[in-house]
Amino acid sequence: MLLDFEKPIAELEEKLEDMKKLATESDVDVVEAVKSLENKIDALKKDTFQHLTRWQRVQLSRHPERPYTLDYIYEITDDFVEIHGDRTVKDDKAMVGGFGTINKQTFMIIGQQKGRNTKQRQIRNFGMANPEGYRKALRLMKLAEKFNKPIITLIDTPGAYPGLEAEERGQGEAIARNLKEMFMLKVPVICVIIGEGASGGALGIGIGDRVLMLENSWYSVISPENCSTILWRSWEYKEQAAEALKPTASDMKELKMVDGIIKEPLGGAHTDIKATAKEVKKVILKNFKELDGINVDDRINSRIEKFCNMGVVTE
Amino acid sequence: MSSWFQRKDKGILTPTEAKKEAPDGLWYKTPSGKIIHTRELKNNAYVSPEDDYHVRIGSNEYFEILFDNNKFTELDENMSSANPLKFTDSKPYPERIKASQKKSGLKDAVRSAHGKLNGLDITISCMDFSFIGGSMGSVVGEKIARAIQHSIDTKSPFLMISKSGGARMMEAGLSLMQMAKTSAKLALLSEAKVPYISLLTDPTTGGVTASYAMLGDFNIAEPGALIGFAGPRVIRETIGKDLPKGFQSAEFVQDHGFLDFIVDRRNLKSRLTTLLKMLQ
Repeated sequence: MLLDFEKPIAELEEKLEDMKKLATESDVDVVEAVKSLENKIDALKKDTFQHLTRWQRVQLSRHPERPYTLDYIYEITDDFVEIHGDRTVKDDKAMVGGFGTINKQTFMIIGQQKGRNTKQRQIRNFGMANPEGYRKALRLMKLAEKFNKPIITLIDTPGAYPGLEAEERGQGEAIARNLKEMFMLKVPVICVIIGEGASGGALGIGIGDRVLMLENSWYSVISPENCSTILWRSWEYKEQAAEALKPTASDMKELKMVDGIIKEPLGGAHTDIKATAKEVKKVILKNFKELDGINVDDRINSRIEKFCNMGVVTE
Repeated sequence: MSSWFQRKDKGILTPTEAKKEAPDGLWYKTPSGKIIHTRELKNNAYVSPEDDYHVRIGSNEYFEILFDNNKFTELDENMSSANPLKFTDSKPYPERIKASQKKSGLKDAVRSAHGKLNGLDITISCMDFSFIGGSMGSVVGEKIARAIQHSIDTKSPFLMISKSGGARMMEAGLSLMQMAKTSAKLALLSEAKVPYISLLTDPTTGGVTASYAMLGDFNIAEPGALIGFAGPRVIRETIGKDLPKGFQSAEFVQDHGFLDFIVDRRNLKSRLTTLLKMLQ
């Protein structure tokens, strides 16, 4: 599948393939032409991806081929043991987690999981967790704390599930409790927004010593579409809403709501999953190294202080 | 019924510009069609004596109901919104704020104060729905965080009265982070073992439910209040079905185990007193 702004690039790439094919099938000398077309593609790619609008980044964050939580887990861990269930209601398949090792260090890795085809999307509930998902996440975090293992959360959700049973089982309470409990975790917590970071559903596993965002992810209080529907009373103003919400990684970094940005390959994470995961792994390990040296109380205090400094008021 | 005639005070003490949440005019009609004189309503904690309907009120009324002799010291009275995102939809955010301030006579959607409740020290933060739907932005988050800190510093119990549609869109990510900030302070309040009572009133939804409103040592609510994470319209659209009667009412939420008790507003002060005395 191609996004609108990916199409001109794909067209040129197709042309390039044809040209190369022609060269192998005939004696026509295409070396110069190929070179010039390759340069053209390169320039167009750079131009497109260096000048993405906020809405285009939101589209990239939802690209159907974009790597999801389990893709990262499989790429960055040497061993992984998935753990299921909240021990109360059920196993929420929109929220996955387990112990994994990266360079011999054990981490608890937790994240929302989206599905790649229709069936998987249903099973994963489009990455929208129910209360039992947040409670499962908290159970796993407490388990990590017990065995003194650092925590990584990978955030990718269009929101906490707004369903009838979710309300009956206390969606609000589940998220609220996670926020409060995550502040007091004695182990280092690193959160990475890998795709969509929609509102309380994202924040529910998003309290960390370091909060990082992939270059083409977004994080805000509401999706641009829903914001458009509420404030402009129409779905059609999503581009404007995306501009107004300033939800991109560079916006959030500038406003000091996240600590860092993880670079994606030119063209987005989906164009080279291995390279993206490698970068994610590198950045996580670097941050873990910094956090591991800090004593527990100081780490908790700075976690609290960091979030308490967010917000702008006049007095 | 006769309380109207037994009033000790003459005239209405609250200045009119400060009581926009309370019904204007001489007569008030409840949703079931009962008509009550507004003065009688005021003397009945804004609960209809005819059908127990709890009229939506604001911080002025709650402070008057709860603080002894309506005496209290307000905290961070002058804090007001900035415009960090330069947010503009149909009008720029600062204009929206100014219009709301003018209309409601309030600075933002929450007020904090400390004082005495039947002689007991207490810190109260109370939301005002009349200010952009009681939405939570930086000011709401910061004022609540500071009120909680005041509770910690003075070891006085904290009462949060929520009434909100959720996070304020015009401050986007910053609004979201207020959920984190207030929860962080409540974690510290817990550590300090200072009681926290969260009173959820009509309506309490969205990011407010998913943070401080649900984090009380005691989560209590007014009868019939709408309480939920997602709003009823969103849920209806998601599941494509009508919602059962009473869904997301305080009674429903208590039945599902998320509220400690429901309290009639006329008994609020005495119930709080009893509970807080037990914890001393």
